[in-house]
Amino acid sequence: MARIEAEVGKPQGGFMKWIDDRFPFTSTMKYHATEYYASKNFNFWYVFGVLAMVVLVIQLVTGVFLTMNYKPAAAEAFASVEYIMRDVEWGWLIRYMHSTGASFFFIVVYLHMFRAMLYGSYKKPRELIWIIGMLIFFVLMAEGFAGYLLPWGQMSYWGAQVIISLFGAIPGIGEGLVEIIRGDYSISDITLNRFFALHVIVLPLSLIGLIFVHIVALHEVGSNNPDGVEIKQNKGADGVPLDGVAFHPYHTSKDLVAIIVFLMLFSAVVFFAPDMGGYFLEHANFEPANLTATPEHIAPVWYFTPFYAILRAVPDKLWGFILFGTAVLLPVFLPWLDRARVKSIRYRGWIYKSALSIFVVTFLSLGWLGTQPAEPIYVLAARIFSVLYFAFFLLMPYYTTVDKTKPVPERVVYHG
Amino acid sequence: MDKLRALGRLVVLAAILAAAQAHASAGAALEKAHIDPGNIASLQRGASNFMNYCSGCHSARYVRFNTIGKYLGLSEEELVDNLMFNAEKTFETIQASMPENDAARWYGKAPPDMSLMARAKGADYIYNFLKGFYLDPDSPTGVDNTVLAGTSMPHVLWELQGYQKAHFSEHVETNTDGSTTTTHEFDEFELVSSGKLDAKEYESFVRDTVNFLAYIAEPIRAERRKLGTWVLIYLVVFLIIARMLKKQIWKDVK
Repeated sequence: MARIEAEVGKPQGGFMKWIDDRFPFTSTMKYHATEYYASKNFNFWYVFGVLAMVVLVIQLVTGVFLTMNYKPAAAEAFASVEYIMRDVEWGWLIRYMHSTGASFFFIVVYLHMFRAMLYGSYKKPRELIWIIGMLIFFVLMAEGFAGYLLPWGQMSYWGAQVIISLFGAIPGIGEGLVEIIRGDYSISDITLNRFFALHVIVLPLSLIGLIFVHIVALHEVGSNNPDGVEIKQNKGADGVPLDGVAFHPYHTSKDLVAIIVFLMLFSAVVFFAPDMGGYFLEHANFEPANLTATPEHIAPVWYFTPFYAILRAVPDKLWGFILFGTAVLLPVFLPWLDRARVKSIRYRGWIYKSALSIFVVTFLSLGWLGTQPAEPIYVLAARIFSVLYFAFFLLMPYYTTVDKTKPVPERVVYHG
Repeated sequence: MDKLRALGRLVVLAAILAAAQAHASAGAALEKAHIDPGNIASLQRGASNFMNYCSGCHSARYVRFNTIGKYLGLSEEELVDNLMFNAEKTFETIQASMPENDAARWYGKAPPDMSLMARAKGADYIYNFLKGFYLDPDSPTGVDNTVLAGTSMPHVLWELQGYQKAHFSEHVETNTDGSTTTTHEFDEFELVSSGKLDAKEYESFVRDTVNFLAYIAEPIRAERRKLGTWVLIYLVVFLIIARMLKKQIWKDVK
């Protein structure tokens, strides 16, 4: 040692220098946190990205503990969930957190996406962030769907039956595709096994990878804000955006408040209403999967019901599937469907404001209709709302062009 | 503020949808069971009712005797003497005495496991079901049920309740094509032979039993609610501190 020190001198700069010479720790922290500047006027709608990360962590951690006791086999799955609920120490809490987390993931992500629609966050230069975000949404849907089969209850089984059989509507390859998905001629132990593999490995891994890319892309162009003003265009002498504050400690301290409020709502459900009146845990799922008895009324979990309502609104199976798929895919094209010059709803005209309001009502109504039995009056309502859903996207290039916008200020609006 | 108002509108909309939902799912009206999950004495009676009258045919295969004992304040001895008729160890689960294969042959399908019945069907459903047996000479068991028509379950509680007749009113509706549809709507029961218990006593017997079934459907319910209160109190304190921290950090931002 002494000889080496004599040659190159004593190490200087301490532990962090030692790390930084080998790994870009300090510069990464600066780039993504302490010197990542985001607008100081973020409002309520800007907390859902962070909250989605919180739910992701909840799902990953509780998921790991669930797999320690869950048995992915048709003969044992249902009983193993009850074993977790009754006999595993704190198993009930872990399971309720995971099942509640699934629903909260979608609540948070839907609100996160709605924020982007409110403030035009998908518009140039953030198109790629939006597209990656949509991919995350698709993987999340697959993750939720695969996860819902695992408890192997009646609704797990029959819900999966309905959704998987949709793919059979594709001409030519449909039947073969359904067999590949199921791995069998009906939903069986084999299906459960492969869904488990997808749910715990493939999909979460893809999710984490996509979220990483989502954030890298975000930090490259910078966050949007409720005014849709590019804060990087107004920099001070030090090169720091005048309207920006560092992600840490400013936004982190603000997000912490949001996280606690979120955890209060989350805990209220976990501890006081884990079934959420049959929406988060469907009543029929407390009966084990029974291949010979179809439940009276099959409805997918609430977060799929807006799209399910569109599917059911179409009398033809193939067209139902096509419209269902299109409805899910359409938001991907928002950056190009939206022709408005301004980003934020604050500076848009009445047409877009009305269109977005109608869209919110449409989406919620479709969601509710999807949980209801397919009675004629509901099907009619679902048809009307389906038309409105598609009209919102397909007419967007027109109405965003003619809509009168207001001038956007130079700087963000902030009232301290 | 605008955002808040928009949020308020969303909440109102959700409330309207929820109300519509409640209305849509009303269907056949079930009498409320009015169970009292905190009433340990009622749960103890319910446990005894279940083991004496139900567990011959119905299992509760996810429920362990020692779990029940701990919650209901029963010693190991009391468990063995009062509840464990076909079990040796207190960690065992509640198994039906009747072999499942035989049961399936005799009744067409094996009597369902009762561990989660109250969560699958609701306490009110079971309460009405147990009060809903009426004489029906056409049925192989001699009885039918107002809640689950065509049930293959015999009226095992006849000794307690006695037998009742059900009165239906007939509604004839003329369809658009001129044909008629006849529907029968249940009006009321009439006791034709009394059992050991009078109507009130039978009602509370059923209520205790359903209370117990609701308890075994989620034994952790009381604990989670108790814990949840503490969690929320903790989060409120945490929220106040986090809010102060945020204010402090942001005080220079103009």
